[in-house]
Amino acid sequence: MRARDILDRWLPWAVGLAMIGALYCIFLVAPTEREQGVVQRIFYFHVSSAWTAFAGFVTVALSSALFLWSGRQRWDQVARSAAEVGVLFCTFVLITGPIWAKPIWGTWWQWDPRLTQTLILWAIYVSYLTLRAFAGGEDVVRRWAAVLGIFGVVGIPIIILSVRLLPGIHPAVLVTREGKSGLADPGMRLALIVTGLTFLLLFVWLVHVRTRIQRVSEGLESMRADLDAG
Amino acid sequence: MGVQVLKARSLVRRLGPTRVLAGLDLQVAAGEVVGVFGPNGAGKTTLVRVLATLLRPTAGDVSLFGEDAFGPDASRLRRRLGLVTHESFLYPDLTGTENLLFYARLYGVQNGNARADELIAWAGMEEHGRRQVRAYSRGMVQRLALARALIHAPDLLFLDEPFSGLDALATEAVEQVMGRLRSEGRAVLLTTHDIDRGLRITDRVYILNRGRVTWGSPGPADPDEFKDAYRRAVGAG
Amino acid sequence: MSHGVEGVTLVLAILWKDLRIEWRTKEMLTSFVVLAVLLVLTLSFAGQAAMGRVSTSRVAGALWVSFLFAGMLGIQRSFLLERENECITGLLASPVEAAEVFLAKLVGNVMLLGIMQALILPLAALFLGARIGAALPALAVVLGLGNLGFAAVATFFAAVAVRTRSREVMLPLLVLPLLLPLVILAVSATATVLDGGGLAEASPALVYLVAFDTIYCTAGWLLFEFVVRE
Repeated sequence: MRARDILDRWLPWAVGLAMIGALYCIFLVAPTEREQGVVQRIFYFHVSSAWTAFAGFVTVALSSALFLWSGRQRWDQVARSAAEVGVLFCTFVLITGPIWAKPIWGTWWQWDPRLTQTLILWAIYVSYLTLRAFAGGEDVVRRWAAVLGIFGVVGIPIIILSVRLLPGIHPAVLVTREGKSGLADPGMRLALIVTGLTFLLLFVWLVHVRTRIQRVSEGLESMRADLDAG
Repeated sequence: MGVQVLKARSLVRRLGPTRVLAGLDLQVAAGEVVGVFGPNGAGKTTLVRVLATLLRPTAGDVSLFGEDAFGPDASRLRRRLGLVTHESFLYPDLTGTENLLFYARLYGVQNGNARADELIAWAGMEEHGRRQVRAYSRGMVQRLALARALIHAPDLLFLDEPFSGLDALATEAVEQVMGRLRSEGRAVLLTTHDIDRGLRITDRVYILNRGRVTWGSPGPADPDEFKDAYRRAVGAG
Repeated sequence: MSHGVEGVTLVLAILWKDLRIEWRTKEMLTSFVVLAVLLVLTLSFAGQAAMGRVSTSRVAGALWVSFLFAGMLGIQRSFLLERENECITGLLASPVEAAEVFLAKLVGNVMLLGIMQALILPLAALFLGARIGAALPALAVVLGLGNLGFAAVATFFAAVAVRTRSREVMLPLLVLPLLLPLVILAVSATATVLDGGGLAEASPALVYLVAFDTIYCTAGWLLFEFVVRE
């Protein structure tokens, strides 16, 4: 119960504080980027969401594997919650990407490797959620979803490698994309790290809440069914 | 009484939130024909599927021939099981003989061709063996399905509602099979709600209702005692 | 797997059974071929209308789109045939392991896909204006590798989709996101080969394709029992 206490009571506060810290860093600590101007600040949200979406994906796969191995319902609930929350972050990446891209590259979309791989990830998330929504309510659907989650994650190395084969990377990308290793300014680095951690924390909290809701609702159904059976 | 071939303990099987099997115990010994009776929805079909290792129990265990039915060697144990249900498991686009040969290969039967011919003859289908199952009448399909289940000489045969919708010839074949298996020291577990016929051919019976065994007879069941117990079990639920 | 050499016998028994059924009914091949023809036709019309001249890259893309969509609908059949008379239960009640069923279906599907492509390529050469002749050996390799990866994922999830209500939609939904990297790799390699380049030139794509095939054949082999056994 201790762990749950921490998660329930302290985590929301931690997330709130981290958010404030992150916003402070993004707008007041990190300097304005020379070439792109204020728009560049989206970068911190964009990249943090991408990390979180990725973490979500890995969470789905790990919980799925644990579910298949142990058979415990809880892991399936975590997997589903992680997918639901992960897809939100992933969608956010795909929205902030174009918003950032338009003023910088002059176009809404480019087949940039990172954006493309996020798009693939997003599609896999969506297919996972669609399976859970439309394949019916039987127990076996949980196992199907679990193997889909695992199939998704084992493909990641190839996804990353293959998108780099896509021709037509906009040259401007290499100049304006700082990337993690290219961030010269310590203020920028701080902002990115703080925001990254904030988003991860937010992810953990959302997954926790969502899992709890699921567990309660499934428990309720189970109780109801037992009562009906007499 | 022969060696125990099947033992189920505290078997639970959930379907979503409901418990279709709610904790039951059951055993079958070699040379026995055991009957499981119960109304529709009692869980008979699910029970057979769990015992035939098609479904994993949510809780409890099943041992077949002294070994864990869901352990790492489950597939080897399945070689000694036979299953007949309402569906025939026969491929409509293959001929009767081809179907039997396929199952013979699946079960690693040694002289598959000879066995297939033997069983086609036993089912009285020599003329039809080369026709596709799609063209068979229902009675022919039923007899062939039984042949399919016997081709590997199973030590334990499961029959799920073997008498429903059968024609006279097929019914006779089923009863004949059960008798022969018993005399060969093999075992049979059947589920049915045909009480009269069931009582006549079984050595021991269980009554299943709402996923639980509510009554079991230590030997051949006395019809009156049985009907009493059945009425009580089913009426109360 | 507790089978070893015996397992191979079982796989071959199932494969032979499936091929024999297919020979009699020709249902899978018909779906494959009819759909692929229609797709190639539609795409060539679309290509003509849009630009008047068809480039190799468009041809490679059109070919793979046709193969994938026709392939998905045809591959459904490999499990649909086990639904009549509940034959799948007959299989699962036997000593056969789920992984062996997967392997048998996979090999069968790869063979049928190959036949489909052999029949479609002349048509594609005609309508899409592709110069297939000289590139044939290299093309065969690329197609073979692409088929294997595609069939691994599609066969695996066909067993899932066939048990859902909206199965024609469900399979593409489950499978296409996972196949996006394969699309990139296969189309890239096909285009290279059609342009006259040899296998070496198509190199990074082919190597990644082999990796894709290995990953998904293995994942399918290991996880299939979670799909078919409850």
